[in-house]
Amino acid sequence: MKAQALPAVELTRVSKNFDAVQAVRELSLTIRKGELLTLLGPSGCGKTTLLNMIAGFEVPSGGSIVIDGRDVTAVPPYRRETGMVFQSYALFPHMNVFENVAFGLRMRKMAKVAIERAVGRALEMVKLEGFASRRVGQLSGGQQQRVALARAIVIGPKVLLLDEPLSALDKNLRRAMQLELRELHERSGLTTVFVTHDQEEALGLSDRIVVMSRGEIQQVAAPLELYRSPANGFVASFIGEINRLPPARCRIEGEEALFEIAGNVVLRARRREKLTIAEGQETHLFVRPEHLTIATGKSSAQNKVSCRVTTHLYQGVYTLTRVDAGPLGNLQLRALGGEVIAAAPIGSQIEIDIDLDEAVILAG
Amino acid sequence: MSARLARGLRASLFWGPVALILVYMTIPAFVVLMTSISPSELLEFPPSGFSFRWYERAFSYPDFQNAFVNGLIVTAFASSLSLLIGSAFAYLVDRYVFAGRAALEAVLASPLIIPHFTTGFGFLLLGADLGLGQSYAVVIATHVVLTLPFVSRTVYVSLRNLDPALERAATNLGASPFEVLRRVTLPLLRPGMVGGWLLAAILSLTEFTASLYVTAQRTQTLPVAMYTYVREYTDPTIAAISALLIIFTTALMLLANRYLGLRRILAIDAH
Repeated sequence: MKAQALPAVELTRVSKNFDAVQAVRELSLTIRKGELLTLLGPSGCGKTTLLNMIAGFEVPSGGSIVIDGRDVTAVPPYRRETGMVFQSYALFPHMNVFENVAFGLRMRKMAKVAIERAVGRALEMVKLEGFASRRVGQLSGGQQQRVALARAIVIGPKVLLLDEPLSALDKNLRRAMQLELRELHERSGLTTVFVTHDQEEALGLSDRIVVMSRGEIQQVAAPLELYRSPANGFVASFIGEINRLPPARCRIEGEEALFEIAGNVVLRARRREKLTIAEGQETHLFVRPEHLTIATGKSSAQNKVSCRVTTHLYQGVYTLTRVDAGPLGNLQLRALGGEVIAAAPIGSQIEIDIDLDEAVILAG
Repeated sequence: MSARLARGLRASLFWGPVALILVYMTIPAFVVLMTSISPSELLEFPPSGFSFRWYERAFSYPDFQNAFVNGLIVTAFASSLSLLIGSAFAYLVDRYVFAGRAALEAVLASPLIIPHFTTGFGFLLLGADLGLGQSYAVVIATHVVLTLPFVSRTVYVSLRNLDPALERAATNLGASPFEVLRRVTLPLLRPGMVGGWLLAAILSLTEFTASLYVTAQRTQTLPVAMYTYVREYTDPTIAAISALLIIFTTALMLLANRYLGLRRILAIDAH
């Protein structure tokens, strides 16, 4: 975690209405200096609108935006000192790579020699030395992406804004660019706001993730915390894959919490200090697929449930297995490798063990 | 063997009509070109020999000389004004939502529907009313109206094809609205604007119907001078000057094509 510094961006009760639609509702958020913060959510959740308001392309209907201690709510975008990378890259087609990267510096009336030096450094940073005189149209998608990054970084922005910059790349290139982006962030130390709808990307890249839905923040947390303790059902289902069990009634018995589901299934969990659910209260249990395992004969697991295998989805590193667990509904298991396909053929009856120690337990 | 025959038949079924259409489209120009090199005093086709004498006469005939210069003056002003006004209109229609936008578009397209005859006649009456007579101003005004729909349409298509993210990117990098226009929007619209200007120039150079009304002896353009000539003489000079006009216009068209692509110039219905 970075030291407590002056916030890079401070949003206070920011709203944006488009006619009758509220894209962003009274949203408050503090972006720390030097962090890589991701705005994550399904399309239409308001994440791009929020980014555009920070850049100044959208004027908030209410609230205030402070960048680096200065209220910029009424400042036009060209005086905000933000650096944006667009989804389509938006490289100027009538300029070569050098001229694209130099554009922002020329607007700042920097001396020619200084511009050449700065552009050279920026191109080096994104590993595009020797591409300065190329036409933009001659570049591959990944290279265009890097030019767009260099163009945004070179002006030394107060905050770097990335609008789904990797969504146009194919999967392998995308993974490689994620790593590069992370490294670039470490090297440059720029405060970065990254917009994406891809939760894997968000988990991998971010210092903190802001999960948004319907123009509101659902949770702000570091990736690990977000994955392990989602604040609500929306976050639980949106981040990673998760099984949502039918509503349960909770009972405390000594050191154990018992969950009664559909009247006849009882699942047990160790009591946790954080658990604030009262006796008899309706609760919702969310269990990750990796916490469901096929029970072996000898195991002393306490939450054995019998079910029927319906599908296997082999993924290389792991296999996702879907089972019909009667009163618990359809569940997904994740097992390393592919042995499970032979061990539990489709249609066979098996017993699985549900480990609730890592389960997300939310009050109904 | 029969497969080859069938293929040959299919090819001739395709190329036959294509060749016929090409002949049909170009035969008037072809006849004029052939007639223009005839040594005979009379308009004759096919020509009985070869001679450039009618070209010499066409070049040295003072009415044609004056008319050509008049045409260039009118075209230069008319296409430039048309480009200016057409671009402004295209920008307005593309970027802003305002009351009467649909009406503006309809008015802009109206010269496509109103006969040139009517436009020319209207400007003749108007010019007389304003005491401008058949001056350059009236001729230019007429040509602006006639070329406007083509120019504004060409620029509009270019504007539509412009990724708005480019202007945002420039803004984000610190360019004021004026700088964005100067360094991003205008350079990217240039091919469309040059193409639109050339298109207007071609239309203006060859416009006859409306020009017949609004020009006087002093301001007459080449097509009008040609018409006057035909009423008095029947020698192949008229064929020669026609050929020259065709060649000149073709050169302009090729230039326009280089900048814009004919497909886009003629794309009256964009997107």
